[in-house]
Amino acid sequence: MEHHELIVIGGGPAGLAAATAAAETGVQCLLLDEQGTPGGQIYRAVETIPEERARLLGPDYIYGRKLVDRFNASSATYLPGTSLWSLNSRREIGILRDGQASLMRADRIIIASGAMERPVPFPGWTLPGVMTAGAGQILLKSSGVVPKDGVVLAGVGPLLLLLGWQYLHAGVPIRGILDLSPYGNIWRSLPHLPGALMAHHYILKGLRYQMQLKMAGVKFYGGVSEFHAVGGDVLEAVEFTHRRGRKRIETELLLSHFGVIPDSHLSRCAGCEHYWDHSQLCWRPVTDEWDNSSIEGIAIVGDGSGIGGAVAARHAGRIAGFEAARALGYIDTKQRNEAAGKDQRWMHDDLRVRPFLEARFHPPAELLSGPPDETLVCRCEEVRAGEVRRAMHAGHRDANQVKFLTRCGMGPCQGRQCDNAVSQLVARELGDEKMISGGYRIRPPIRPLTIEQLAGLDVGDASQ
Amino acid sequence: MKADVIIIGGGLQGLSTALHLGRRGVKSIVLEKESPGRHASGVNAGGLRQLNRHMAEIPLTVEAARMWKNIRELVDGDCDVVLRGQVRVAESDVQLKKLQARVDMLRAQGYEHEQIIDQETLYRLVPRLVEGCVGALYNPDDGSARPFHAATAFRHKAIALGAEIRSGVEVLGIEEGGDGWRVETSQGSFTAANVANCAGAWANRFASMLGEPVPLKPQAPTLMVTERLPHFLDLTVGAEGYQLSFKQMQNGTVIIGGAHLAKLDFEQEKSVIDFATLKTSAQTVTRFFPHMAQVRIVRTWAGIEGFMADGIPVIGKSAKAAGIFHAFGFSAHGFQLSPVVGRIMSELILDGKTDLPIEPFDIRRFQKTE
Repeated sequence: MEHHELIVIGGGPAGLAAATAAAETGVQCLLLDEQGTPGGQIYRAVETIPEERARLLGPDYIYGRKLVDRFNASSATYLPGTSLWSLNSRREIGILRDGQASLMRADRIIIASGAMERPVPFPGWTLPGVMTAGAGQILLKSSGVVPKDGVVLAGVGPLLLLLGWQYLHAGVPIRGILDLSPYGNIWRSLPHLPGALMAHHYILKGLRYQMQLKMAGVKFYGGVSEFHAVGGDVLEAVEFTHRRGRKRIETELLLSHFGVIPDSHLSRCAGCEHYWDHSQLCWRPVTDEWDNSSIEGIAIVGDGSGIGGAVAARHAGRIAGFEAARALGYIDTKQRNEAAGKDQRWMHDDLRVRPFLEARFHPPAELLSGPPDETLVCRCEEVRAGEVRRAMHAGHRDANQVKFLTRCGMGPCQGRQCDNAVSQLVARELGDEKMISGGYRIRPPIRPLTIEQLAGLDVGDASQ
Repeated sequence: MKADVIIIGGGLQGLSTALHLGRRGVKSIVLEKESPGRHASGVNAGGLRQLNRHMAEIPLTVEAARMWKNIRELVDGDCDVVLRGQVRVAESDVQLKKLQARVDMLRAQGYEHEQIIDQETLYRLVPRLVEGCVGALYNPDDGSARPFHAATAFRHKAIALGAEIRSGVEVLGIEEGGDGWRVETSQGSFTAANVANCAGAWANRFASMLGEPVPLKPQAPTLMVTERLPHFLDLTVGAEGYQLSFKQMQNGTVIIGGAHLAKLDFEQEKSVIDFATLKTSAQTVTRFFPHMAQVRIVRTWAGIEGFMADGIPVIGKSAKAAGIFHAFGFSAHGFQLSPVVGRIMSELILDGKTDLPIEPFDIRRFQKTE
């Protein structure tokens, strides 16, 4: 089995920073990236993007070039186009590259798998024509594709505003921006505002986006509830309640967004302990101050460890990189503490905006745990919310038992899409939040592997 | 807490025992340290196989098959039972002769459930099988069920008949008291005149507490499931000389087993899938079903299960303590036996005997050699 000192998983801000920091201390480091070029989702295609589109995406995006340049200049090895289908507690990794599956192991692993958009099963969410805002932004970044016929943006979270602003500059007709966060969020977020002002550039940016959108005549709907995507074979319109009246906006494209959550499938596949974060409403790995997980030698950094954004992820990556260098004997504890000190302070400052954002963009409980019985929860196995509720009433009192009985979460995505929703349905139905004691157990391969690929698995030296 | 019978282990054997006791009006308490069906019972391959069983198990498996056929009468649910047959494929005439010898031996003892089929019949039954196989051992009445559905149905029926299932209750000790057996648990103590040890991979803990340790080895057999495919297979397919269990489920997915073992940390109750081993499993699949090469594996998992040194379970009374009964160590083929095991256990507890031949499963077979 191929062996490495340090393997970093993911080429976004956290992974790039971690690999760079560790490699610069002398650690032999390999970075595995599913993408073809470094940058992750946030700095996707940052090396190759045309200048005009880069300017459209803004200076935060362009900063990614610095990060990539420094990584490229380091001794770290970059393995693009590599998907991971397994990670276990023995730090053995299953990878797939150019159709060839193989196993490798490492003394230390830093998981920087980043975030994914929170999947929310609202009525009509599976209609063709309904996409996530993240998918819309990927199309914009990677190939400059924009919806020419107009779009409705709906949901909760800063990305909606950012994408609206980017679309505005790209000349996309925006039929409406629907804020589904409850009105009460504004009041609940106010106590966090003074702290957040320590990182006020985020808030100023948000206000600027909102103002420019309003000045351009884009219609905002706040306090939206009972939100439905409607149509026959494809999306025709969105319907929702606004100021006690029922409204309808015709559209062929809806981009929805309900915030981002850690992509925790890899760390859960490895068996790292996780807990339910009531503020971010998602599973988070249990980590110490150096982002070490409950499994010896595996650290989890960046948004994969809890949503903090690209800047915090960059600092967290460097901190974990120094910690790996210490654990591998390249620097001592004192050197690690000195090297990581600045990043720890900067990260701390940057994260001050989070409690405010989490309160301001807290998704409504009704939307997350109360989809109507007929709404599909698991797309792969076509399991509806009602079946999940019936399973619980028949005595299956945790997410895994519901999964065994109904097959929800057993399809090709292995619960990536319905895991959070089912956890919250279970908790709400049982009237006890403590019942969110564990999500689905995640089984490898976490990315599909063909039987032929497994039959041809390169296990290297089997005696290890 | 007092009961007529305490059953340790909320797996299928324990639940079946509770169900059969309930049918005769006897209330039991099932003590399960996690949730019912959490380990092998809930996640096994669900094979209903009489084919190619150990000779000692033949009378039990034949009776169990009869019970599975009428499973609705027993548990009020169908457990997703499908009985379309199982085959054990032979690649060579030598292998086929070996299988024929087995059939002859069974015939001599009066059993007709296994037969040899020729090449033509085999390919009619399993059209996508790779060319060149010569025949197979076949039982048309075998098939499969959905394990978690079965465990659920057995549990619900047991409860309906008066059993009490306690989840999250770990048994810590067991001792004889004035009024029967006293079982100490993480949730207080329970007493009963009779105790059934149906604790699967953990059963040796209790056997040891009672002074009759057994060579039981916890292992974690692995299963794989593929994406959904158009229907191509009715039967469950095994192969002589290979670790293979291959079946297509009603929803189109294919379940691949064969008791390939995961790496198990028994103390932590955690198994780690061993892909270097599963590579062999995948090679066996493509050897017999080349059209599966590009099919994607969606998931692999392993269930913790107790294996006996001689490959057959312990079923029967304790040799050391009156009022203690064992049913464990099914060595990766206990699912099919579960309805009959519950019946046997209830008869042993209530009547002191059963008319099925269970001598080969006596726990004393391990004590003799001491």
